[in-house]
Amino acid sequence: MDMSAIGTALAPITMTVDSGRLRLFAKATGETNPIYTDVAAAMAAGHVDLPVPPTFLFGIEMEVPEPFGWMDELGIDLRDVLHGEQSFVHHSTAHAGDTLVAAPRIVDVYHRKGGALTFVVKHTEITRADGGAVADLKNVVVVRNPEADK
Amino acid sequence: MIIQVGDELPPLRPGPISRASLALFAGASGDHNPMHIDLDVARSGGLDDVMAPGMLSMAYLARLLTGWVPQERILSWRVRFTAVTPVHGDPTCTGRVTAVDGEVATLELAVTLADGTTTLVGDATVALT
Repeated sequence: MDMSAIGTALAPITMTVDSGRLRLFAKATGETNPIYTDVAAAMAAGHVDLPVPPTFLFGIEMEVPEPFGWMDELGIDLRDVLHGEQSFVHHSTAHAGDTLVAAPRIVDVYHRKGGALTFVVKHTEITRADGGAVADLKNVVVVRNPEADK
Repeated sequence: MIIQVGDELPPLRPGPISRASLALFAGASGDHNPMHIDLDVARSGGLDDVMAPGMLSMAYLARLLTGWVPQERILSWRVRFTAVTPVHGDPTCTGRVTAVDGEVATLELAVTLADGTTTLVGDATVALT
């Protein structure tokens, strides 16, 4: 894989968070706390609207027609990919109605096991459209390279 | 709430992950990776079946944390995925306080399947107030 990918900033992605989508996320994750689905309950808990749950932030950069295009460009077959690590540093809670911007950047690429595994490290900064910090994400993708064994 | 080293969070058992769970999560999360929802693609990649996304386990783990403290108090958390979660996997999320330093508690986190496989290990820092 092309090591020159290190340092590449991917195109920023903007998403205005919709409360219907947050309710679907609550359903999909089995969330029953009403602050994640009922605006009145959220406001009673001190929120301005439905809070965006922590891991929802991971999907913002997938809100494009070709969410895995950056892997295609690196020659990675999605079928060889596993999620290795994920971290979040939270700065503030986002809410329904917020317009969020995800700015991903490839910060490292390295090989292990004689080239049988490639690790791609991507950092994504999530901010509000006004620049306020929401979270910093780190994603480590593991790519199996079956040809390396042959 | 007094938080002390050794405190265990009430374990979270969301129930076995069905194919419907995977379809719903794909739509809700925006991650439409076919390896999680399309059996034909999974088989063409050499797998016997689709696998659950690691981020579904991490979303359950977020519920473990936000069921314990309001999410504004989660400062940071990180996980390493240590095994694939198969469809029908039955995860249990656990957390334990390993340190309390001033106003910040550190927790160790894990997700384990009913067969004993640990699929995720991690840690979190949480503000006490």
